[in-house]
Amino acid sequence: MYVAVKGGEKAIDNAHALMAKRRRGDTGIAELSVEQIRQQLPLAVDRVMNEGSVYDPQLAALALKQASGDAVEAIFLLRAYRTTLPRIGYSEPLDTEAMQIERRVSGTFKDLPGGQILGPTYDYTHRLLDFSLLADAQAEGAEEAAESADSKLAVEVEACPRVLELLNKEGLIENSRQPDEADQVPGDLTRQPISYPADRALRLQNLARGDEGFLLSLSYASMRGYGDSHPFAGEMRCGRVTVELVPEELGFPIEVGEVQLTECEMVNQFHGSKEQPPQFTRGYGLVFGYSERKAMSMALIDRSLRCEELGEQVLYPNQDQEFVLSHSDCVSANGFVSHLKLPHYVDFQSELEMIRRLRSESVEVQSGDNATEQPEAEA
Amino acid sequence: MSQTEGYNFAYLDEQTKRMIRRAILKGVAIPGYQVPFGGREMPLPHGWGTGGMQVTASVIGADDRLKVIDQGADDTTNAVSIRRFFARTAGVETTERTVEASLIQTRHRIPETPLSNDQIIIYQVPVSEPLRFIEPRETETRKMHALREYGAMQVKLYEDVARFGHIATSYDYPVLVNDRYMMSPSPIPKFDNPKMDRMPALQLFGAGFEKRIYAVPPYTSVKSLDFDDHPFEVQQWQESCAICGSDHSFLDEVITDDNGSKIYVCSDTDYCAGRVAASEEPQQ
Repeated sequence: MYVAVKGGEKAIDNAHALMAKRRRGDTGIAELSVEQIRQQLPLAVDRVMNEGSVYDPQLAALALKQASGDAVEAIFLLRAYRTTLPRIGYSEPLDTEAMQIERRVSGTFKDLPGGQILGPTYDYTHRLLDFSLLADAQAEGAEEAAESADSKLAVEVEACPRVLELLNKEGLIENSRQPDEADQVPGDLTRQPISYPADRALRLQNLARGDEGFLLSLSYASMRGYGDSHPFAGEMRCGRVTVELVPEELGFPIEVGEVQLTECEMVNQFHGSKEQPPQFTRGYGLVFGYSERKAMSMALIDRSLRCEELGEQVLYPNQDQEFVLSHSDCVSANGFVSHLKLPHYVDFQSELEMIRRLRSESVEVQSGDNATEQPEAEA
Repeated sequence: MSQTEGYNFAYLDEQTKRMIRRAILKGVAIPGYQVPFGGREMPLPHGWGTGGMQVTASVIGADDRLKVIDQGADDTTNAVSIRRFFARTAGVETTERTVEASLIQTRHRIPETPLSNDQIIIYQVPVSEPLRFIEPRETETRKMHALREYGAMQVKLYEDVARFGHIATSYDYPVLVNDRYMMSPSPIPKFDNPKMDRMPALQLFGAGFEKRIYAVPPYTSVKSLDFDDHPFEVQQWQESCAICGSDHSFLDEVITDDNGSKIYVCSDTDYCAGRVAASEEPQQ
């Protein structure tokens, strides 16, 4: 005899307890501290801050710990915390030209004012597993290497102008802002629902919070023929930038802190239109931390989403702002896909009934005089 | 029960609740129209009821008694989780009895027991746009609603009739509200559609990811789309509920052994339990 399944409450409690145990792993192994995650998995922390839309390495590291290292789950934790925070105010626009540069590369000019600085990067490593890291103790010589990097390798770089502004002098590239263009207060899609078509500032906000993998694949597609992208990495810079805020009671800006940023400007061809001569155009990416892959993908998609305003045809998903912006958010995407794990008994029952009816009707039609044979014996 | 420390009553801050209540009022004023609202992230994932939760959080008061169902049942895990959330963050009383509840948050069903004028039913909506699978672009569907241009949906239903001899949509069956806006009733089985028509209770709909709220005020006409020669009809079962014997409620099929034997039971657990209790009473 069937007994209605009760006990959802108990099942949930047990599931939480099991997850906590699994997260902790073997208790014979020392527990990972939030500070260790923050210090030693900084790139994971940066991704969580970007898509979680909160600049707080400690909370991002906590989220990663709580989520057993699952980036999307950690991002979700940080978002759900963010949503409860009051808005004290909005910062002044960041001046990335004044960035204290730690890394800066350009794919368009061999040498340029301020120079190219490789900085910390995996770019030219050979991807060979370093088995010395397997040993519990620190690899020999690692401390000395770290010290010498601190003392000898670090380069003091003055603030330097962006590469693309050099092209601007000849008028070869579009202005990032027209001379007569007034300051615009950007919208905030975490407060107001996005309405299409969305302006560029909102699109950039969406992309900055967007899923890194999604943007990477879309931008890859745009370079492989599913799009009209012929990009050059005009400049990529990483470093620290001061954040300023104007408190209402003071009326002048004060420094409230510093953030680590990665900024990318892409140069793209533009064949010109009736109104405009051929010229280079820009795609822009700006993200927290060391997140170059994300910054480049963002810049490429920013440019492909500008196709309409530049009079180009919308032919591919990466040029279609409704497609990109509606599906870029990993928290939403993960939520909706994972909701398929929820019960759908009722909908499925409705479909079962429907498909049985359709099948029996089609069998009746096909079998004609043989209609006495039922397709399914209903108990 | 007392509410959770460090969070506002029912989780959302009062500013946000006010913004959501404004959207609800607009929705009530324009029945069936999808009102955009500044949807917030909730501590549950999108698709798990965040839209319904934001609506519930915005209308719930300390005196309310909340019922949460998923697939008609109070004890499915997600219903338990959402009920607990409000018990924790708002400290309100909860109930599994339809008649005792002042607020009912639901996913995929309308209770079998008719609702009254002093109740509010809040639907969790995954995809608020009834035309979405015909036209994926928001810019286009907005125009179609503005012009009351719903021919595309009629064509889709007609194609079903041409292929199968009848309309082959079994849940999330589109309705026309107050003879004006086409609306998704959320993925309830079409069995429940007739209950929406002139329902005495206020019906609110929240779509979290889509950031849309819509409403059907009490006693408003809700018509399921159909054709004169192919009138709307609901599912029927030849079987009765194996627990309470009901032959008129929505039945779930339950597989009972490896041979695929099955029985049918009410999807509305409160309704089923109520019928069992009523039949046992005279004997005691």
